[in-house]
Amino acid sequence: MKLKQQVTLALAAIALTASNLVAAQTALLNVSYDVSREFYKDINTAFTASYKKSTGKDIKIDQSHAGSSAQARAVNDGLDADVVTMNTITDVDFLASTGVVAKDWTKKFPSNAAPTSSTMLFLVRNGNPKGIKDWVDLIKPGIQVIVVNPKTGGNGRMAYLAAWGSVRAKGGTDAQAAEFVAKLYKNVPVLAKGGRDATTIFLQRNIGDVLITFESEVISVDREFGAGKVDSIHPSSSILAENPVAVVERTVAKKGTAEQARAYLNFLYTDEAQEIAAQHAIRPSNPAILKKYANTFKPIKLFTAADYFGSFAEAQKVHFNDGGQFDKLYTVK
Amino acid sequence: MASVAIAPLDVPAAGRTATPRTPKRVLPGFNITLGFTLFYLCLIVLIPLSALVLKTFTLTWEQFWAAVASPRVVASYQLTFGAALIAALVNAFFGLLVAWVLVRYQFPGKKVIDALVDLPFALPTAVAGIALTALLAGNGWIGSLLEPYGISLAFNRNGIVIALIFVGIPFVVRTVQPVLEDAEKELEEAATCLGATRWQTFRFVIFPTIAPALLTGFAMAFARGVGEYGSVIFIAGNMPMVSEITPLIIIGKLEQYDYAGATAVATVMLVASFAMLLVINALQSWQRKRGGAQS
Repeated sequence: MKLKQQVTLALAAIALTASNLVAAQTALLNVSYDVSREFYKDINTAFTASYKKSTGKDIKIDQSHAGSSAQARAVNDGLDADVVTMNTITDVDFLASTGVVAKDWTKKFPSNAAPTSSTMLFLVRNGNPKGIKDWVDLIKPGIQVIVVNPKTGGNGRMAYLAAWGSVRAKGGTDAQAAEFVAKLYKNVPVLAKGGRDATTIFLQRNIGDVLITFESEVISVDREFGAGKVDSIHPSSSILAENPVAVVERTVAKKGTAEQARAYLNFLYTDEAQEIAAQHAIRPSNPAILKKYANTFKPIKLFTAADYFGSFAEAQKVHFNDGGQFDKLYTVK
Repeated sequence: MASVAIAPLDVPAAGRTATPRTPKRVLPGFNITLGFTLFYLCLIVLIPLSALVLKTFTLTWEQFWAAVASPRVVASYQLTFGAALIAALVNAFFGLLVAWVLVRYQFPGKKVIDALVDLPFALPTAVAGIALTALLAGNGWIGSLLEPYGISLAFNRNGIVIALIFVGIPFVVRTVQPVLEDAEKELEEAATCLGATRWQTFRFVIFPTIAPALLTGFAMAFARGVGEYGSVIFIAGNMPMVSEITPLIIIGKLEQYDYAGATAVATVMLVASFAMLLVINALQSWQRKRGGAQS
């Protein structure tokens, strides 16, 4: 009897303390994409310190990570995120279309509400045994290319659009681009489900000669598999993949955290945060800091979705929706 | 120690306060039981499933047809149901063997092996998928042995079947095992005494007893295979028209925020699975009746 009471008391005490802690401090939930975990861990430490310094108040940032569009669906279906930090514009556009974030979300923060960006490049095996230098090398016979399935991952959609745009950037037509992309996907033995899955197939299963992935993935490859296993190759041109951020108006209106959420996202534009991004191989929007890390971010001709596809939404419709250009690669012989 | 002391004190106290005149029934009557069953099934099964079907009603008939009958989707049905069927057949045969050995023979380490059977239940399927891929890929332990002979088990349809065999095996073993345990050995002895060969004993004595359980196990392994996503996705290669399973198509549709299209495909799968389970159930009761008539 005595023991039982003690346990109950102890549990009650723990519950009370826990609820007190939660009540005393504001917590924001940042819902983000899969591979940004480490980046936002560093950002959150920096932000809580800076917020305490400027306002004297404590703040706590909770993180949630999964595939970008899965996260967007979760927020749409009711996950109480204060802010979303995604890696594809279409994911935030979707939330804007359902009224969860502001319709004019791109105007709420500088640089089209994208404090950071990335691009697609190639990872090849150490020493580049197949001599891969640019997009045209990928369609040579006998080259195996590992990419993410555009149907299941933003990473794959970017890789596809980067390949298509590379033809257009050289003055090619859409028809030539379609032909190029068709040849490229003939060299694809396995379509990975997501970015990390592709990296695993390339490095652990040892399949393929080249992996098309985000620039920032190079860092995690070096960290997880040891430096020197892969070389990164910057092709002559690639796509600008902005990482959009937005305040989730639905949640902040309910929780009264609009001010804090805005402060958090604005913090991403400070020099401190931009430096952290650069250290994670995520391209900062601040040109001075981008220049400072020119070793990581080798100059590369970047085109935007607007240049060749109208917009990401347009590209999604024409290329990736059912019956679109990507489906034709596999269904039309 | 303290908690042990509570039990004998509490029980008589409860007995005194209740003082039932009629003998106390532990199980409630039919009305309450049926009500509870329906309520519980509604809450856990029917309401979520009807939400799924309702969502597909937002589509017009043409849209529905376009979503569920495009070539990629049809190829994925064939693959999903075909692979699940093959895997379930393999499991029915080998699962029966495993159950037989576990029931009929005593050997050291039997308890451990018995526990091993349940592991595919407990393991997160993604872990199983990754482990199988690591084994069977061209540079894995098994894959590297087979590669020189041109046999490839990962990143193609073979891999899908293997993953489904892995997740399905406990269903067959665990349904057949108790029936085999209950089967009277005397019947087999009698058959042998009456001059039956080993094959005849199996065919006419043992098999009819375990057939309904085997069918149940087969059906459950099959249903599990149709719905399996986590383990298959890592080993399949996921090439459209070749090794893309239907659950992946559904995820693909969700990625394009095509909720209605995704639920449409899911509804088709649901109806197909339900029809097959119904057929298997009917087969089973027919089997049971026939078995009853014989004895």
